[in-house]
Amino acid sequence: MTDPILDIRNLSVSFGRLRALDDVSFMVAAGERLALIGHNGAGKSTLFKAVLGFLSPKAGAISVAGHIPGTDAARIAITYLPEVVAFPRSLSGREVLAYFSGLRNAPKAQISDLLDRVGLTEAADRAVGTYSKGMRQRLGLAQALIGAPRLLLLDEPTSGLDPVSRHDFYEVIAEAAARGAAVLLSSHGLEEIQSRTDRVAILSGGSLRAVGTMEDLAREAALPTTIRVTALQGEADRLHSELGGRRLNGCRLEIDCTPEAKLALLARLGTHRDVLQDIDVAAPGLDDIYRHHSRRSDMEESE
Amino acid sequence: MTARIATIFAQEFCMARRNLWVLLATIVLALFALALAFFVAGQGGALDADVLTLTSASLATLSVYLIPLIALLMSYDSFAGEIERGALALTFATPVRRWEVFVAKFLAQTAAVSVSIVSAYAVTGLAVLPFHGAEAEGIAAWLRLMASSVALGAVFVAVGLTLSALSSRTARAAAFAIGTWLLLVVLYDLALLGAIMASGEGTFASHVFPWLVMANPADAFRLFNLASLHAAPVAGIDGLARTLPFPPAAALGALLLWLAATIGIGIARTKRIVP
Repeated sequence: MTDPILDIRNLSVSFGRLRALDDVSFMVAAGERLALIGHNGAGKSTLFKAVLGFLSPKAGAISVAGHIPGTDAARIAITYLPEVVAFPRSLSGREVLAYFSGLRNAPKAQISDLLDRVGLTEAADRAVGTYSKGMRQRLGLAQALIGAPRLLLLDEPTSGLDPVSRHDFYEVIAEAAARGAAVLLSSHGLEEIQSRTDRVAILSGGSLRAVGTMEDLAREAALPTTIRVTALQGEADRLHSELGGRRLNGCRLEIDCTPEAKLALLARLGTHRDVLQDIDVAAPGLDDIYRHHSRRSDMEESE
Repeated sequence: MTARIATIFAQEFCMARRNLWVLLATIVLALFALALAFFVAGQGGALDADVLTLTSASLATLSVYLIPLIALLMSYDSFAGEIERGALALTFATPVRRWEVFVAKFLAQTAAVSVSIVSAYAVTGLAVLPFHGAEAEGIAAWLRLMASSVALGAVFVAVGLTLSALSSRTARAAAFAIGTWLLLVVLYDLALLGAIMASGEGTFASHVFPWLVMANPADAFRLFNLASLHAAPVAGIDGLARTLPFPPAAALGALLLWLAATIGIGIARTKRIVP
């Protein structure tokens, strides 16, 4: 594995007595996209502000390409897109990018290319006040691509975007990662990022609950596949005594099984096809996996 | 450093222009100045001084109210609004220094206020000239008024920016700005007037009172302009201008002290903002 661009070790951040982040550790390598998942108040924005150097850690350390957050080298390496951003309404998209290029000492010649990459060429000289929400968010993304950043911090970049915009958005992020930038983005749920990031970190109540690929998380959760069987009238009792599971009503039965046992169970069901009306197989969804990881730790806490 | 300050300056000044602040402030100031000038001129031979000298005296008294208000209105939202809208976090994430942000905003807004003041008063001065002419003393008074108005505007831009950096909400910043205006421009004078009436002739009137007047940037501005005039009739609190224990230019020093102090506090505060 290459050197990590972002290296967070045992990070704790407090506001007075409130512990916003508690012993969080993870890394993001060059070219890797990591999604930070958590609900409101989980500590995502706090973590971003600590990485930007706006908040100083109570304990632990953050390294941005080998530099301490807030130093010039770290600030040059990072670009940022906050959760809510409103650029000055009277400026045009091109002027907004010229402003940030000036602050980052990046060539102005790059601006047209950036506008093109996020599909804002036609609107480049219109006032930002006339932009739609998706366009403003794309301008924010263009701003985060100024000056060949090594780490992109994107705080809920796609919340409130329609599916098409969201797709385009992730495409631009993938391009940036392909050029070698590390990407840390946050989101409310797994559904939203689906398979668009390399790894996922689940943050809940200020602590990190799980880190890994989506497949890792699904395996760790080991959630059962649920098979719902609808039997013909009066036959449910016989099926229930033979296969187990839960009776829902007169003719419906719900059976949980591990993913490995699924095929065998379906084969056994096949031998009863004369009394079956319908079979529905429900694999655990992304939200179930997320809920499993964030809830499991809540239960551990209350113990 | 200079490139970053220039970048922020350009954006801030451009916004002040596009938000019609500069135009609006210019029109308001020019209307008041022209009205005063032609009112003074209308009294004609009743007064034995030239129109510019007399107008600069009245206009100094009016500027004390208008210029701080314009400067505060232009600056109060600058930090608070950007914190609220998330724009400041983006700026602070770049390699820019916090003091550079404050200084650039200060320079841009001071430039915007100055453009308004200079163009409004220049237009008025030029409009008066063809009808009434001017003596050297009148022109000097007019130039003094323009220069010290710019200084007054700069002080209140710095005050507004500092208040904005102190309050992270637009609504609170607005309340602070209006409160400061009322306190420094209106209530302070009333309190001083009350104090001098109550104490009568004594050490307070001769030794404490002049310094209290100087301690307020708005009063220092007015004092500087009125004390420099020899022909204009002044009364009330401004009558003091004749009995100062220090030269009028010292009042400019008071403005500069205010400027340095507020910029210092503002920069220190900007460094502590968590956007």
